[in-house]
Amino acid sequence: MSETPQLGQVGPAFPETQSLTENQPSPPVKQPKKKEAKPASLWRDAWYDLRRRPMFIFSLVLIAILLVMSFWPSLFTSINPFDAKTCELSTARQGPSAGHIFGRDNLGCDVYAKTIYGAKNSIIIGVATTVITALVGGLLGLLAGTRGGWTDVLTSRVTEVFFAIPSILGALLITATFRDAGIGIWIVVIALSVLAWPMTFRIMRAAVITARSQDFVLAAKALGAGQARIMFRHLLPNALAPVIVVATINLGGFIAAEAALSFLGVGVQSPDISWGLMIADARNRFLEAPLPLVFPALFLSITVLAFIMLGDAVRDALDPKLR
Amino acid sequence: MSKTSPHALPAEGGLGNEPLLAVDDLHVEFATRAGLVRAVNGVSYSLQAGETLAVLGESGSGKSVTAQAIMGILDMPPARIPKGEVRFNGTDLLRLSEEARTQVRGQRIAMIFQDALSALNPVFTVGWQISEMFRVHRGMGKRDAVKKAVELMDRVRIPGAKQRVNDYPHQFSGGMRQRIMIAMAIALDPEVLIADEPTTALDVTVQAQVMELLAELQRESNMGMILITHDLGVVADVADKIAVMYGGRIVENASVHDIYKAPAHPYTKGLLESIPRVDLKGQDLYAIKGLPPNLLDMPTGCAFHPRCPYRQDNCVTDSPPLYEISGTRNSACHYWREVLDGDQG
Amino acid sequence: MATKGETILEVRDLVKHFPLNQGIMFKKQIGAIKAVDGVSFDLASGETLGVVGESGCGKSTLAKVLMALERPTSGSVKINGRDIAKAKGAELKRMRRNIQMVMQDPYTSLNPRMTVGDIVGEPFDIHTEVAPKGDRTRKVQELLEVVGLNPDHINRYPHQFSGGQRQRIGIARGLALQPEIIVCDEPVSALDVSIQAQVINLLERLQNEFNLAYIFIAHDLSVVRHISDRVAVMYLGKVVELGKDVEIYDKPAHPYSQALLSAVPVPDPEGRDQRERIILQGDPPSPANPPSGCRFRTRCWKAQEICATEEPLLQIRPGTSHESACHFAETHDVVHVN
Repeated sequence: MSETPQLGQVGPAFPETQSLTENQPSPPVKQPKKKEAKPASLWRDAWYDLRRRPMFIFSLVLIAILLVMSFWPSLFTSINPFDAKTCELSTARQGPSAGHIFGRDNLGCDVYAKTIYGAKNSIIIGVATTVITALVGGLLGLLAGTRGGWTDVLTSRVTEVFFAIPSILGALLITATFRDAGIGIWIVVIALSVLAWPMTFRIMRAAVITARSQDFVLAAKALGAGQARIMFRHLLPNALAPVIVVATINLGGFIAAEAALSFLGVGVQSPDISWGLMIADARNRFLEAPLPLVFPALFLSITVLAFIMLGDAVRDALDPKLR
Repeated sequence: MSKTSPHALPAEGGLGNEPLLAVDDLHVEFATRAGLVRAVNGVSYSLQAGETLAVLGESGSGKSVTAQAIMGILDMPPARIPKGEVRFNGTDLLRLSEEARTQVRGQRIAMIFQDALSALNPVFTVGWQISEMFRVHRGMGKRDAVKKAVELMDRVRIPGAKQRVNDYPHQFSGGMRQRIMIAMAIALDPEVLIADEPTTALDVTVQAQVMELLAELQRESNMGMILITHDLGVVADVADKIAVMYGGRIVENASVHDIYKAPAHPYTKGLLESIPRVDLKGQDLYAIKGLPPNLLDMPTGCAFHPRCPYRQDNCVTDSPPLYEISGTRNSACHYWREVLDGDQG
Repeated sequence: MATKGETILEVRDLVKHFPLNQGIMFKKQIGAIKAVDGVSFDLASGETLGVVGESGCGKSTLAKVLMALERPTSGSVKINGRDIAKAKGAELKRMRRNIQMVMQDPYTSLNPRMTVGDIVGEPFDIHTEVAPKGDRTRKVQELLEVVGLNPDHINRYPHQFSGGQRQRIGIARGLALQPEIIVCDEPVSALDVSIQAQVINLLERLQNEFNLAYIFIAHDLSVVRHISDRVAVMYLGKVVELGKDVEIYDKPAHPYSQALLSAVPVPDPEGRDQRERIILQGDPPSPANPPSGCRFRTRCWKAQEICATEEPLLQIRPGTSHESACHFAETHDVVHVN
């Protein structure tokens, strides 16, 4: 008998309360009437719900601004930092002034313009690595968790091998080996992805294994559901939340990791610009001139925050209990 | 009300007519995000030494919360006790200091739970856990305490107690774990034992073993026992008197014989009638219609009125008091006479 | 659909052993949990067979094997003459339309991230031939109505319903493919007492309406008696007694059945001190290492030498009218469980 959660029934965090609140003859209809025509589904309801979340709108606006900044930087600044003439060594580490609101860096270049132009490389590396690790690690984790047996043993052993590689050393090795491949910053994306997917894999696999033991999976099997349906309709939606959280948190880590690689001389290299490179360049003189480090770091934090907010909003929208 | 100082411990034995344990107009509320939940709403019952009181109710009826308030194990906050008394040998436990309550809890009022596996610590041996009671509360040495633990395990009829004293909880079956929990509860010879769904997780043959054990222990020590359950069969087997709870209130209390012969509240009556009966095989079971009340949004008047076949207009507006039917019997129904007579309203 | 009374399910010598392995890479079998160990019975259309027994007796494993969620170690499960235990691929999928289940836990048996419409409509998504696409929403709403839920609630999620209502959703899903057999694995034991009767009534109404055959697994003996035409008593992977409900409840022949029935508390305090009660000692032995001969002998008050050496078969024995598996079977009216 469902008697144990007696105390829990009065706490809103427990599912029982929610069912109690629905016990009344005519509970409030949570979905709007106009949707009656089209049957609801998790993704449609989630989208409907997302559009009403201020946090989602806000993070989306932030991300949109960052993307515009990455691809059309000249909309934000008239100074082109790739043009050596805009830098004056004599004004190195000058504080903010009328034409240079963020001041100048070690080489006398405009920090504001460099921050704007640096967005592109940093955001591409952060977003692309996140997407690749989430897809590769997530799909393999889903597969390993669903199928179990040899698939699981094999993939799990492979991830353990990757876990054993010290990440910076591994990334250094990969980028250094393929630096002449002519694919630019994508070599950084590949290096970081290769080393980071096992993390997503493990989280997805664990979440899938938890979901797999629930009765609704058995019920679907009893109905004759195939493996693809069980994986994508039943297990994935119930295992996605922790992956989204970790992926969005990792996004900031990837941008920072790019900085470390740049610092070691294998990532984005001068004269190209990235936030990581800017931070690496500015930190030796941080005490005399903090601004050349503070501004790219600030933009990095805002980017990470925007994606974390986006991830949180999506995760909550995918949980019907939180709507 | 209480004249004793907050640090005084309740006296040994009952004082005059005062029952061993009396709950008087107890209210418990929980502050939740969704609003104030009145889980217990003016509950009163009493227990004499050697007596078994069954508290019958469904999930959400407040039966376990009442017990937790008696034990003083509610998390406060979110819980709050705005009103009421829990008198143990005449002393109001709710007014005692925390140290004084600790002296009562577990030693003089003990409790056993439904889920013995999670109530026992998985990383200590059962012998260690039982003997801890003696080391902490009686200041016994390790060797003596373990000897007492073996004695207790014998007393709750765990076969081969001496060999098993160093086993861990997971090495025992569900029934044996429940016995271990009972052993811990009775270790310090409590005057009151509260059993919260002690056999719900067990199979019937094991349930029979455990209930027999509890009855025997009660006979030996003259404990008062509060048995919290939803099982009408178990109640009929062991209880002396019954308090039926619904929506945080007691809706009927009576001796076990009275209530099974002729219930005086429509809810009790509905529960008894919904038990499958041989002579009605092939027919529909009687089913109480509707759903248990939502604690966040209780019906007006009588909480049972949306489901009640005896409902009249005043049930929707007036909350019925606990009418006295006889010296030992009450019903919180305006129409208890009709219910007793069996006239469907 | 089979006419009433025709045998639609034949279970023969069903065995399910779960191997106990040692070693990580090179597994070596060191034993087996004998969860189901030689179970045979028939089920006629429109009939209810109750299966009772305590935890570990193999009744839930039996349900999984019947549903082809587990492959049996040996034996057959024939539905209308075809063995579902050996069926594969498209044939298995087609056979599943005829046997569905209602699960115990109304909380974990529904996907929390699917709407009620998706949950009840999923059978049609999987078996697309059953209902044309445009027809599905209407079908789902019909099903919800049949089980007593508001058909307008198809866009809600499981957490917005109470336990009893969720169990109705699970039942609607089980009915969608119009099966002839439904395996109910403890369908009411997770529900509040006042809700149990509602769900039992619903199951009985559906049985009459759609001529369903039920395998009704439960530990609540009075509920099983109410709903069952025949009852099988299981102990440690074996059926120890099988008969009509009155035979099992009024004239149990196997000592275990007698002990089980006498242990059920009677909801009537009159004469409770005089009531005969057989209290079994100890716990059931482990199914990994069951006793030789009769599996109940270690707890049986009638046990003799023969019980350890010779396994009693499930058969009609002298003085009894139904099958029991005890060398010393004799009917004995223990107590009336209502």
